[in-house]
Amino acid sequence: MNDTVRRWTFGLLPLLLLGVMITLFVRFEPMGFMEDTSPPVQELTIDRITFPGEGTVELHVVNGGPEPVTVAQVMVDEAYWEHSIDGPRTIDRLGERTITIPYGWVAGEPHEFTLVASTGVTFSREVPVAAPTPEVNAQFLGAFALLGVYAGVVPVLIGLLWFPYLRDLSRRWLNFFLSLTVGLLLYLAVDGLVEAFEVAEMVPGAYQGVGLLALGVLGAVLALRAAGAAQESSDRGPSNLRLAYMIALGIGLHNLGEGLAIGAAYTAGELALGSFLVIGFAAHNTTEGLAIVAPVADDRPSLWHLAAMGAVAGLPTVAGTWIGGFSYSPVATTLFLALGVGAILQVAWEIGTSTLRSADQKVLVTPLNAAGLGLGLLVMYGTAIFMA
Amino acid sequence: MDPEPMSRRDWLKLGATGVAGLSGAAVLRMAGRSEAADAMEAAGVGQDAGYGGADTVDAGLAEDRARATPPSEVPTQADVRHSLEGTSQARMGVYEGGKPGDGFDPRQYLTEFDGGEVVQEGETTVHEYDFVALDREIEVAPGVWFPAWTYNGRVPGPTIRVPEGDVIRVNFQNAGSHPHTIHFHGIHAPEMDGVFPVVDPGEKFVYEFEARPAGLHMYHCHAVPLKRHIHKGLYGTFIVDPPGGREPAREMVMLMNGFDTNFDADNEVYAVNTAAFFYQSNPITVGVGDPIRVYLLNLTEFDFVNSFHLHAAMFDVYRTGTKPEPDEFTDTILMCQGERHILEFELENPGLHMFHAHQSEFAELGWMGFFDAVPELAADEGVPVYRYG
Repeated sequence: MNDTVRRWTFGLLPLLLLGVMITLFVRFEPMGFMEDTSPPVQELTIDRITFPGEGTVELHVVNGGPEPVTVAQVMVDEAYWEHSIDGPRTIDRLGERTITIPYGWVAGEPHEFTLVASTGVTFSREVPVAAPTPEVNAQFLGAFALLGVYAGVVPVLIGLLWFPYLRDLSRRWLNFFLSLTVGLLLYLAVDGLVEAFEVAEMVPGAYQGVGLLALGVLGAVLALRAAGAAQESSDRGPSNLRLAYMIALGIGLHNLGEGLAIGAAYTAGELALGSFLVIGFAAHNTTEGLAIVAPVADDRPSLWHLAAMGAVAGLPTVAGTWIGGFSYSPVATTLFLALGVGAILQVAWEIGTSTLRSADQKVLVTPLNAAGLGLGLLVMYGTAIFMA
Repeated sequence: MDPEPMSRRDWLKLGATGVAGLSGAAVLRMAGRSEAADAMEAAGVGQDAGYGGADTVDAGLAEDRARATPPSEVPTQADVRHSLEGTSQARMGVYEGGKPGDGFDPRQYLTEFDGGEVVQEGETTVHEYDFVALDREIEVAPGVWFPAWTYNGRVPGPTIRVPEGDVIRVNFQNAGSHPHTIHFHGIHAPEMDGVFPVVDPGEKFVYEFEARPAGLHMYHCHAVPLKRHIHKGLYGTFIVDPPGGREPAREMVMLMNGFDTNFDADNEVYAVNTAAFFYQSNPITVGVGDPIRVYLLNLTEFDFVNSFHLHAAMFDVYRTGTKPEPDEFTDTILMCQGERHILEFELENPGLHMFHAHQSEFAELGWMGFFDAVPELAADEGVPVYRYG
């Protein structure tokens, strides 16, 4: 009993002292003299610009800085313009506002939006090509669902059809294809990471884009490793089926992030979804199907499992485009892209270390495996050219 | 919990809260974009501008607006743009309390000529002035505050006006945080030129020289870095009247200036007499057919040139105001940094006459205004008639 009290006391004492220190700090403000002399640090992020109709623009604004910011004026293309704000002009830390500007924007031309704070500090964002923001309705959702199915689900399922071919391969060649899978996944991981860094730039400062990214990547790796370890201790060993599902999940998370970006870019008029782009996505994603089935080539998974894996990997594209189209958030996109990167890295690692090694080979990197890995990277690079 | 004394930031916040109320007005505006009457209300043009003749302003602009809006139900791109133009900047120019929150009154500045304290010292007439350099926050556009360096707490500084040949004595005290001077344009001894000595904070210096030649001049700080000392607000108008003065006219000072509020060497705000859009939401009242004289100066930094364009009328240009004959008859005059001219004109027709920089960017960033020409305006109403002596 005494021991319990002791333990709790020592466990809580540091927290208590920290609380006392913070209270004193807030009460007496020993650093107040610095605050008076240093200029206010202000930060506003325009994280979404939409053109809901002719002659109207909407800016979504987040205060990601440490100080409240007062929006004094709104400048469009170097001209002060009238506008309305859905709340007080002073935006508190982490506060959000939508600013509506009746402005005769010109389709197909760039526009620059600048917020001038009461302190004279400015915050700008440019739209490279203005286009009407599609209305989010049944037709929009249907079109995006179709896009998701074309670009995400069908290709993955087609990729899965390599299954019978892979099943009949010798161990050596199967390893070649597993290495190729690792190559595909590594490419996706790098691709996702770069994209995540790009989106992280738009994350309001307080939400720390890069920190969020690290959290997502490491979080996904740790979660999948912990789940794998738990299963291994209960089972006899790592199951290939589980590995395949994990690959599907990783790719699914990646596709969710990608879908968010596609939906948002499209509604923001930053992306023209030509059929060429959809073909590019489809070719790209077909290889993802191959990545999923390679580890289970030795097993006899039911068709149901294959379909389920296809859905896990591909359907998030649909969900992503929907969410991205409705309300884009750089925070969510960064997080999902990062989770995808982490998940993909984890499965690439697992295939590389456990599956390849367990195939009674003494060395991990045989010339054939190296060729497979290189080819995997090359295939992804080649198909990605169509998406540029 | 919050025993914090009033900080600079809080003060800024107070100044800016007023603007919050404007957002509501914008919603109303959007509901009836083509309603000219609404537009005028939102623009605040109907408010008593201190010049009188507000009713005429209302009706005049409403008529203009009605003509500008086509009867078609569906506005074209051009219509949208046009209908917004008449209203948006006007709304943006509405100052809480009717004028900049720092107390500076652009209406007053326009016609305020300071002859100083006149002292007779033997044969010589001396005009004595007290100038103090002060750091001060000023409101340069509705809601936007700028950390200025000022003469006597205002930007531009007082308009010095003396007859040619009289002596000017300026007791300058630097109560600012940086070294400053006052450099006068005109003809005088180099030691009174305001380049040397540089007056450090807490120090004093007396500038004394004969005012010549007759014309329109200026003064500004000449401490380095020059660009910063000038664009922060240390400048003003210096008028030397020719013997016997000029013909009576409705006289006013328009000093074109700009403010780089985010200090990126590019102006965010342009104006005449500091307050962006002020004379647009508070038109300047003048009499139809009366002689009008504008003392026009360019103290803009960062942009090489600025300009003045008058609508629906033409003006005589007296370059630097040094010669009795006009140099040019035009409606647009281009001026380099530091150039200044006297403009003389009449407005033949009643109603609103726009004036602005013909650099559209400057105009839409605040350098825009209206003359409101009113028939049979008394000499002391609106911009009063200035009589020499």
